[in-house]
Amino acid sequence: MRRSLLFMPGNNPAMLQNSDVFEADAVIYDLEDAVSVTEKDAARVLVANFIGARKAAFPMEIVVRINGLDTDFYAEDLNAVVSDKIDTIMLPKATLETLIELDKILTDIENKKNLTKKIGVIPIIELACSVLEIDQIAKAPRVNGILLGAEDLTSDLEVSRTKKGDEILYARQRVVMACAAYKLDSIDTPFTDTNDEDGLQTDSNFALGLGFTSKAAIHPNQVGVINSTFVPTMDKIKWALRVEQANKAALEKGLGVFSLDGKMVDKPIIERAKKILVKAKRYNLI
Amino acid sequence: MKNILGREVPQGFKAFNGSSEYKKVQFNRISKKKTSDGVIMLDSYADLFDKLGITDGMTLSFHHHLRNGDYVLDEVCKEIKKRDLKNMGFAPSSIFPNYSSMVELIENGNITSISTDYANGPVAAAISNGKLKDLFVMYTHGGRPVAIESGDLRIDVAILAVPTVDKNGNGTGEIGKSACGSLGYAVSDLMYADKVVLVTDNLVDSIEEPFLDGKYVDYVLKVDAIGDPAGIVSGTTKITKDPVGLKIARLAAAALDKIGLIKDGVSMQTGAGGTSLAVASFVKKMMQERGIKGSFASGGITGYFTDMLEEGLFDELYDVQCFDLSAVQSIAKNKNHHGMSGSRYASCFDDNVVDKLDFVILGATEIDLDFNVNVTTDSHGLIMGGSGGHSDTAHGAFVTVITTNLIKSRMPIIKEKVTTVTTPGEDVDILVTERGIAVNPKRQDILDKLSKSGLPVCTIEELLEKAYEITGTPSKPVQSKEPVGVVVYRDGTVIDTIYKI
Repeated sequence: MRRSLLFMPGNNPAMLQNSDVFEADAVIYDLEDAVSVTEKDAARVLVANFIGARKAAFPMEIVVRINGLDTDFYAEDLNAVVSDKIDTIMLPKATLETLIELDKILTDIENKKNLTKKIGVIPIIELACSVLEIDQIAKAPRVNGILLGAEDLTSDLEVSRTKKGDEILYARQRVVMACAAYKLDSIDTPFTDTNDEDGLQTDSNFALGLGFTSKAAIHPNQVGVINSTFVPTMDKIKWALRVEQANKAALEKGLGVFSLDGKMVDKPIIERAKKILVKAKRYNLI
Repeated sequence: MKNILGREVPQGFKAFNGSSEYKKVQFNRISKKKTSDGVIMLDSYADLFDKLGITDGMTLSFHHHLRNGDYVLDEVCKEIKKRDLKNMGFAPSSIFPNYSSMVELIENGNITSISTDYANGPVAAAISNGKLKDLFVMYTHGGRPVAIESGDLRIDVAILAVPTVDKNGNGTGEIGKSACGSLGYAVSDLMYADKVVLVTDNLVDSIEEPFLDGKYVDYVLKVDAIGDPAGIVSGTTKITKDPVGLKIARLAAAALDKIGLIKDGVSMQTGAGGTSLAVASFVKKMMQERGIKGSFASGGITGYFTDMLEEGLFDELYDVQCFDLSAVQSIAKNKNHHGMSGSRYASCFDDNVVDKLDFVILGATEIDLDFNVNVTTDSHGLIMGGSGGHSDTAHGAFVTVITTNLIKSRMPIIKEKVTTVTTPGEDVDILVTERGIAVNPKRQDILDKLSKSGLPVCTIEELLEKAYEITGTPSKPVQSKEPVGVVVYRDGTVIDTIYKI
């Protein structure tokens, strides 16, 4: 369960050093777009050493965005960074085919390095063909969340990227549906204007309304807005607590359906209340 | 001799024995200077030296309100060099990088003693390198008026740059092409120096509300320019965008809120740095959301606080020094934006403003496990700052908050022992870093409020451990045993010694 996933360029030592203080649920150490071709090797070594040298446990999920499987860099990226200290690999320009290939490579490395854990995968949906096969991608091995990458997707679609985001509405909805169907985190595309906090809030609210569970950030100053958006409101938490109490009372009476505030409460509503309370507890809101 | 903190005190100085010891002292002021019957106009800096009979061994004082744009101190240095005067004492209220012409005079024995409240740049480096003959004396902004008024710092001639002066010797910093706003640090010099010269580039017939009273002024020198406006005040002071600084600021503001300090009538002071202003911005937001009105803000004033005054979030501003153009403009037009002297600001023997502060936000170059703070030297002992109002406000405010990155340039800011003590740990209440908040165990009242607040509170030892986990344990620089200066606490006692590097 995540609210925020913060991208950090893999070639900046000072930013890596502070990457754990911004309260992001996951930090994505980026070896791909944030790193120029001439610095790919340096960034790979830096990220691997930074993660490896850390004695204390990280307070957040560790994700590494490798270079795509259509490049010359991904194999060295994976060999360098995959260890028990990371949790997830983020795969750019993911397709069902590349995800299956990635699973094989990861299995091989896990075996060779005797890892005690299975590395998860977050595919980035940034090709039109990936949008179309998203239900298959959602079922691919290791996938525990899907990120929409709107910048590359709109490039593939040859349309302009706008703050309003009409051009990515369909893709957003596809991501939300696929993730909801297969119980994955749906991760909204980053809001790229780092100086527009109001715009970030509006965009986050819209994504939340569509059903996204989380959002990526490209600047640490975006994490606060995202974290406070992708959690249940206090009103919803109070409502869920009342549903939980009423449900408990109904069960004691042997009732499957009961009413609260004059409205019928049945299984879907009880499940919804339970989900709200799980999130609220996870983020210390109750 | 060692003081209560275990720091060496050179012979001839009094040892620091605690930040409240001044309360046991009977403070005796020397007489204010004789008032003059009228001012004498001077033609040039040479004329100034001739008419005042400035000669070997005299002590000249200056204020630092023109900051890095000051021309006056440089012109005086040129005249000393031309006349090859020896063993001069200099007592500027602060020393900035553009005061570099002092370095040659120090090396040639023209200037042999210096006292100030803050030093940065080539002069500070020269002193750290052992080039000054006498021990360098570093006061606080409140301690310097104490030294002047007590006679510990005798000033033969105060040479005060003043943006506008009238024909009766009255002066103000609020108007003129070199306007710098408040002239708070010049007031003790004006009233207690043997002779006073105002140097101006804007001579007018009269000033309606002068900040400096002409009755203490002996001479006025009109020059083409007393400073470069671009170096006098910065155009704007801005809130940091650095995410680490913002996190620290957010935590500091939250801590102040949990302690219960964000309330009607709140009084506060912050520095002009980006993180300090960010704390102010988070506090401002809380005040706006809750309809809270503060009583006053004080210290060096920035546009951020003048905006808060304009918005009605404070009743008054008490301004010893304007940090930016907005503050200069505000003090000239807003009747609730008051200039104040260094003594009124921070002297422990005056009815001062710092004692009325609810909280102050301060920085640190180093802080140790006893919460002692160093803002005077770097970790090698190089002079790069000084107390300014640090130890004054830390003692006066009800709650003193230090905001700093836990690690800067690979080095932990927390030390087992700071290189130089500027402000004693007994006056420091809370340390806020990006990785947690430490409360001085002496403030159990604060600890009680913060420990169940949900904020990341830990001990300062735990914060140091967190830093070491990232940086490893740094080796300790070897310090020389040759003293080059003393850090004088606000009551005139020596809190630490500065050594040659």
